Amino acid sequence: MVRCFLIHTVCPVGALGSGESRVLYSRVFGPDEGVWTDQDRELSPQERRLLQKEKTTAVARQVRSAVSLSREASGRMLVETVPGEEALALQEADGGVVRLRAGDPFSEEMSALWLGVQSLGFTLVCEPHENLLLAEGTLRNLTRHCLETLHMLGQGSEVLLRSNRVDALLSRLLPHGQLLFLNHRFAQSLEKEVASYLAK
Amino acid sequence: MYAHSSESLIKQAREIQESELQKFQSRLGKLLHGRELGHEAVDSLQRLHLILSATKYTRTLPPELHKRVKALLSSPAEQFQVLGSAVLRETLPPAGQEVNYNQENFLPLNSHAAALLLSQAGSRADLSSLCAQLLRSLESRQPEGPANSLMHTLPILNAVLTHSPECLTEDHVTLLSKRLVDWLRYASITQGGGAPSGGFFTGPRSRQPIPTAELDGTVSGDFFTVLCVGQGFTEDQWMNVYSFSMLRHWLLTYHSVSNGNNAADTANRLQLSLSLSHSFSNDDRSEVDGSVVSMVSATSSSSRLLPPKERLREKAFQYCQRLIEQSDRKAHKKADTDLQKACLVEAVCILDCVCGEDASLVYRTFPCIKALFGRLSSDLSFARVLLPIAQFYLNHGEMAAVDCECVWKLVFGRFPAELFNNQFLAHELLRFLRLNLESLQLRVPQYSHSFPNLLKFLAWDSPAVVDDFVDLLPSLVTAGTAVELLHTLLDLPCLSATLVLQVRSTCLPISEPGGRGLLSLDAFRSQSLRGLFLFLLRGEAGSGDTIDRLSTLHELLAETADWPRVVQCAQTVPVLLHIFFNTVVAVADEKLLAHLVQVMLERSSLLLNVPKYKNEIYRVFSCHLLRLCKLHPSLVVDESHELLEFAGATAKVYSKEEIYTHVVWVLGEYLSVSCDSRCSVSLITSCFETLEAVLFEITSSAPPPGADCPVPRVVTSLMSALAKLASRSHDLIPRVSLFLSKLRTVTRGGSVAWCSDEEDLVAIVTRGEELWSLLKAPGVAQSVLTPPPLVTTPQWHRDTNVAMPLRLRALTNLTHAQ
Repeated sequence: MVRCFLIHTVCPVGALGSGESRVLYSRVFGPDEGVWTDQDRELSPQERRLLQKEKTTAVARQVRSAVSLSREASGRMLVETVPGEEALALQEADGGVVRLRAGDPFSEEMSALWLGVQSLGFTLVCEPHENLLLAEGTLRNLTRHCLETLHMLGQGSEVLLRSNRVDALLSRLLPHGQLLFLNHRFAQSLEKEVASYLAK
Repeated sequence: MYAHSSESLIKQAREIQESELQKFQSRLGKLLHGRELGHEAVDSLQRLHLILSATKYTRTLPPELHKRVKALLSSPAEQFQVLGSAVLRETLPPAGQEVNYNQENFLPLNSHAAALLLSQAGSRADLSSLCAQLLRSLESRQPEGPANSLMHTLPILNAVLTHSPECLTEDHVTLLSKRLVDWLRYASITQGGGAPSGGFFTGPRSRQPIPTAELDGTVSGDFFTVLCVGQGFTEDQWMNVYSFSMLRHWLLTYHSVSNGNNAADTANRLQLSLSLSHSFSNDDRSEVDGSVVSMVSATSSSSRLLPPKERLREKAFQYCQRLIEQSDRKAHKKADTDLQKACLVEAVCILDCVCGEDASLVYRTFPCIKALFGRLSSDLSFARVLLPIAQFYLNHGEMAAVDCECVWKLVFGRFPAELFNNQFLAHELLRFLRLNLESLQLRVPQYSHSFPNLLKFLAWDSPAVVDDFVDLLPSLVTAGTAVELLHTLLDLPCLSATLVLQVRSTCLPISEPGGRGLLSLDAFRSQSLRGLFLFLLRGEAGSGDTIDRLSTLHELLAETADWPRVVQCAQTVPVLLHIFFNTVVAVADEKLLAHLVQVMLERSSLLLNVPKYKNEIYRVFSCHLLRLCKLHPSLVVDESHELLEFAGATAKVYSKEEIYTHVVWVLGEYLSVSCDSRCSVSLITSCFETLEAVLFEITSSAPPPGADCPVPRVVTSLMSALAKLASRSHDLIPRVSLFLSKLRTVTRGGSVAWCSDEEDLVAIVTRGEELWSLLKAPGVAQSVLTPPPLVTTPQWHRDTNVAMPLRLRALTNLTHAQ
């Protein structure tokens, strides 16, 4: 099961310290981890929510650092793409996976798959037994849809004001964090549903 | 891409004033009151969501508004369901409005409402109730009901299973097992969905059921799977997809080997399946279309008689075999080719799981896995599929008496050597190693010799995999390979540079027209120097600890020292060295440790010149030299020749002062008869003379051009070492005393050429005076500077002299009133 899906910055943000990342969209799936880990049992719901937010920020930070180290090592220049060139942006995107040790920040070990498209990172945090090949494909697909429907290559801030579109997308392609084995026909059918949702 | 406008939006959302927020909320409340909800409501809800989610501290909604938003969850328009769920997930229900999970009326439950319930469940009991509700709705559903309401059931159950398998009762598990069998094995094999749009034939005549197709266009000859396509899909075909997507997790949760499977059970099952495998009858519900029948169905046993759990296992087995067969077909679309790979991974993992549960399946499965391996092993693009196959071989190979040699050759040979730059493969391969460390060390004899290959992953992408190597390195430290491993670790930055050159060499043309030709690249390609690089790129340990012309190699790679990959790699080496040394003390005998000390001394002048790298390594060496000598003081006598050679080179005072200081300290501390009976007077004298010469040299003249003054600590260490040695061989005392008094005289005259700081000079002179006065009483000097082991290893109550006071004190404390 996928624990969470994040869209966050991987470029320096003025208001934040260096190395920090601004989370623009976060969706955590499933029940809160605090329900069954013994140490969190005494937390109030507010504290649990706070803890969850901090965990997603911690993941975003780790991915940010992984992205910048990876880009530094590969020495590739970032290609600026404009709206309409989503396919190119995706092709040029760099990807990787970060191992999140047990306790840092989730109680069990996790794998955080990431795709860096210019100044934004798209991250999928998966449980270790998950099929990473499938997760990689799903992440690419989700990223492509996000770039297109939210016009993310432009200057707008639609990701903040149209998060319901991402929610709808996730409810089809990654329902409750479940990775799906979709051949192109099933995928088409779901994408048609999403398209009709967006048209409203 | 990320705009300033986004930052200001978030700032506004966080800093919204209470009064403004209340106004906004009451306006929204009024909007939601209306009949028709339009764009304004959508925008306002979206803004509310932003306000709630922009801060990590929870904001609650006024109760009236909360109720209105909650009502949106059952709105006919999906957009409001989505927004309602999103908003409520970011806040907490006000007092009195908490959800009661024990109530009966969650239905109808759409996906977005269910997401909210899932995220706000406060306890296992809540989740159990939710699961019970979902399963009840699953059972009581009308067959013609809305299709969507079923589909999210399985993902939600899967999400709950992750941590709380006991939320489903025995009955639930049985029920679901039966339904999963139905969906996986008996989904319809005709295309479903509505009437095709824009077809030539639109009359009822054309409504003949068309069979589903395989990915290469041929007609499906067997049961429906995720690799079958059609124009549209029926509901049970959708459930087939959802069922398979959660199948592995289900099997891992409820079918794990520890679920009380004992030998008797296995024997019974074996007998049952053998007796059933002779009957070729198909189950009543399956429909075999035409004459094309796949091998899987034809040979399947009639499993009607098996209990639900076992039946599910059997069907899972058949499904996976069919997937493996289907993956051999040439798909028309790239997305489907990728899916085939993912399906192969999943199928092999599931087969591994069911074979673990029921050992009798191993014999049925292995031929298929072996054939798959044969098909894929030569194609590196299937590397990630071959890893689960390797896991299968590791788990069941011994039982089936299959030779796994070819598998390990791939995993430890070709994969690291050729695919070191594939991040995902690196992650998965290293994870495979971490999880199976014990079995691999047992079953794969070449494991401990494979570190030159495995370290290529680290050399290429250190930040991503250093964590894995922190866990794996201890298992690679063996007495037989320790020295070679140490050399390899020290040369990791060189390996990093070489791998970059290797990649560039294949990408770039032979000669760059007018470009800045890289010296290192030319060297890499030249025949005469190739051998140096080939040594670094070797796949296995055992052909030699290191090469003679290491310094040549370092010179050739000098220009690579600022390449980012090389620098990142160099930063991870000190950590790994610490782990290496911490592990090696447990497996090495004294002879090996002595050899390692030698290597440390040699390599201190043979390191690639990456900025800060050398100093970090010196620090690690110093730390561990100290530890090793403390553990085995006789090492100093064993290696006295090498240590003295090192200590006698005055140049090292200026270039390697950290490690030099420690060598001198170690000599002073452990070169004594009490540490090793082989320590003779002549050895002490020759050591004394070596150190004396260096001390004279550095304190009699200015430092050589280009070097700074010697660090004061070096001078005091030398003085202390000399004093210690003299205290053990009293003839040497006059020589030391003479030097120390001369030092005092010389420095009284003012500044000296070899020490620029006055405070440092004072400290040095003070130390000299302390030592001089100590040496005036040789007996005292000896007990202070060469304390007997009795003093340095306290025995507390075991020591008769010390025990008495301790006992008395304890008794006194006991007898005193509290």
